[in-house]
Amino acid sequence: MLRTASSPPDAARPRRRRDPATRVPWPVVALASLGVLLFALPLLGLLQRAAWSDLWSDLSAPAARDALRLSIECSLWATLLSVVLGVPLAWVLARGEFPGRALLRALVLLPLVLPPVVGGVALLYAFGRNNGLVGPWLYDTFGVQLTFSKTGVILAETFVAMPFLVLTVEGGLRAIDTRYEDAAATLGAGRWTVFRRVTLRFLAPSLAAGAALAWARALGEFGATITFAGNIAGRTQTTPLAVYLLLETDPGPAVAMSLVLLAVSVVVLVALRDHLFRGRR
Amino acid sequence: MSLECTFTAGIGTLDLTVDLTVGDEIVAVLGPNGAGKTTLLRAVAGLHPIDTGRIAVDGAVLDEPASDVLVAPADRPIGVVFQDYLLFPFLTARENVAFGLRSRGIGKAEARRRADQWLDRVGLADRADARPGELSGGQAQRVALARAVVGDPRVLLLDEPLAALDARARSEIRRELRRHLTAAGGARVLVTHDPVDASVLADRVVVLEAGAVVQQGTMQEIALHPRSPYVADLVGLNLYRGTAAAGVVTLDGGGRIVVADRAVAGEVFASVHPRSVGLHAEAPAGSARNHFAGTVAEVDALGDRVRVRIEGTVAIVAEITSAAARELGLAPGRAVVASVKATEVGIYPA
Repeated sequence: MLRTASSPPDAARPRRRRDPATRVPWPVVALASLGVLLFALPLLGLLQRAAWSDLWSDLSAPAARDALRLSIECSLWATLLSVVLGVPLAWVLARGEFPGRALLRALVLLPLVLPPVVGGVALLYAFGRNNGLVGPWLYDTFGVQLTFSKTGVILAETFVAMPFLVLTVEGGLRAIDTRYEDAAATLGAGRWTVFRRVTLRFLAPSLAAGAALAWARALGEFGATITFAGNIAGRTQTTPLAVYLLLETDPGPAVAMSLVLLAVSVVVLVALRDHLFRGRR
Repeated sequence: MSLECTFTAGIGTLDLTVDLTVGDEIVAVLGPNGAGKTTLLRAVAGLHPIDTGRIAVDGAVLDEPASDVLVAPADRPIGVVFQDYLLFPFLTARENVAFGLRSRGIGKAEARRRADQWLDRVGLADRADARPGELSGGQAQRVALARAVVGDPRVLLLDEPLAALDARARSEIRRELRRHLTAAGGARVLVTHDPVDASVLADRVVVLEAGAVVQQGTMQEIALHPRSPYVADLVGLNLYRGTAAAGVVTLDGGGRIVVADRAVAGEVFASVHPRSVGLHAEAPAGSARNHFAGTVAEVDALGDRVRVRIEGTVAIVAEITSAAARELGLAPGRAVVASVKATEVGIYPA
C-alpha cells in the first residue's frame, strides 16, 4: 500500500512493544494489591467516619483545643531542641574521626527502632524525681521536675524525634563538597563564617527536611510521652493521648483530631517528596 | 615578591617532596594525574599541613612544623582558583567576587564596588547578577579568577584552570587567561597536566612526577631534553637512558645506540625524534649506524603521516608518510628494521 503525504506521521511509526522486564508478574501484583489495601482501608475508614460538618466545633471542644495547643507548643520546642542538639551531633557523626563512632551512631539512632514505651520507661529511670539517675539531683539542685510536666513532654518528644533530624542532617553534611568550604577559607572566611555562609547554605534543604520529619514525629508521639510525662489534661495530655482517651467516650473530637494529625502527615510528606524520594520516579 | 616552599607532605601512599621558589613570574607545575600537583597547591594554600620543611611568602613563614607555625588558610595572602572553579552556586557572580572582601570585614558597598571593578576588568560587567549555573565555562573561570585576585593576594594559585572547558573554547580562553595572569603580577603558580597550557601560560615549567620534581626550565628546554619517559611521551620523543662511552650508549633496558658525540661519557639520556627514524623490510646497507630489528605493535594515522610503534630490544616510535607505510605493508605483527643516523641522536647527561 502506498502511503499518502496526508497520513499522520504517527501512523507510520510501528507500535512500541513493551520491555518484558518491566512487566510485573501477576502474583506480585496480587500481593502488592493486598498491601495497598492494608494502607488504604484504614484511611478510608477514618475519612468516612469523619463528621465533616462538625469538624470545627469538634476541634474547638475544650479537651481537643487544649490538647492541640499543647501538642503544637511541645512539638515545636522539641523540634527546636532537636535542631540545637542534633545538628552538632550530626556534625560529629559526619566529620569526626574517633573510635566508637559507629557505636555512637547506633546509640543516637536507637530511638528509631526502640518501642516508644520502652523509651518512656528508660526516661523515667533517668530523669524520674524519685528513682531516676539524675532526676533527684535535678530536683534538689534546680527544683526541676521533668516527670508529669510539660518539660517532660518536650523531653520525651525530643527523645523520639531527634534521630530523624540527626540522620537527615548527617546525610546532608556528607553530601556537601567540602572543597567549597576550602574555597571560602582561602577567601578569608573563618570557621564560623564558613559554616554560616557556605555549609549552612548547602545544608539548608536537609536541615529543613530533618526538622519537618522530627516535628511530624514529635507531634504524633504517644508511648514515651504517656509513660514518662503521664496523661494530665491541659498539662501533659497531647493530641495523640487525647485521641486515645476520647475515642471511647466522645469519638467526634477524637476523629477530628486524628484528621488533623493525618493532614499534617500528608503535608509533610508532600513537602518533602523531592527530598525523600530523590532519584526515584 | 616570592613564594618559597621546601617541604615534604604525605597523602595516602604519595610522598610529596618539593623545593621550589617562585618570584614575580608564572610557574606551571606539570605532571600526570596523582603526581601530587593538587596536594602541592593545597599545602601552599594552607589546606593540607606539611610534614617537614617550610612554606614562606616574602619571608613570612606560613607553615613550619619545626617551629610549630601554621597559619590558617584565611590568614594567608594567597588567592586560589580551584579546579572546577567552585563558585558558590547560591551567590551571584558579583557576590562570589565580593565574598572574600566581605569575610575580611570590608563594607558591603565598598566590596560591591571593587567586585564590579574586577568583573569589568575580566569583561563580565554585564554578567554580575548571573548565578554560576547561568555562566559558560569560560565566564565561570573568569569569575573564579576575579574572586581569587580581588583581595590583592601576593601569591595566586590555579589548579587545572582549563581542564573544565571543552576543547573548542580552550585555546581562546587560554590566551585570555594568559593576558589576565600577566596583568595580575606577583608569584603565580598553576597546576596542569597539559603541556600546551604550560607552554602558553607559564614563564617556567616544573615537572612533578610521583611526588618529586624531575625537571624544571622553560617548556622549550624541557621539550628538547626530556628527563623522564613521561615528558618524552608528552613532547613525542623517543627517550632512552644508558651509559655512554666512546660514542656508544649502552642502554639500561638492553641494546646500544651509536651516537655522533664521542666525548660524552657516563650516565646519559639519548633522544630520537620519530621523524628521523627510517623503516625497512630488512637491514639496509646505508649510512645509518643504528639498526633496530623489531615487530610493529601499533600503527596510528595522523593525516598524511603514520606513527608506527615498534617493539623489540630497543622499542622505538617512527613517523613516516602513509604512502611509505603502504608500500612496506605495515600492520601489527610485521617484522621491520628501524634505522637512525648517529647524528640524529640527541644526547645529554642524566
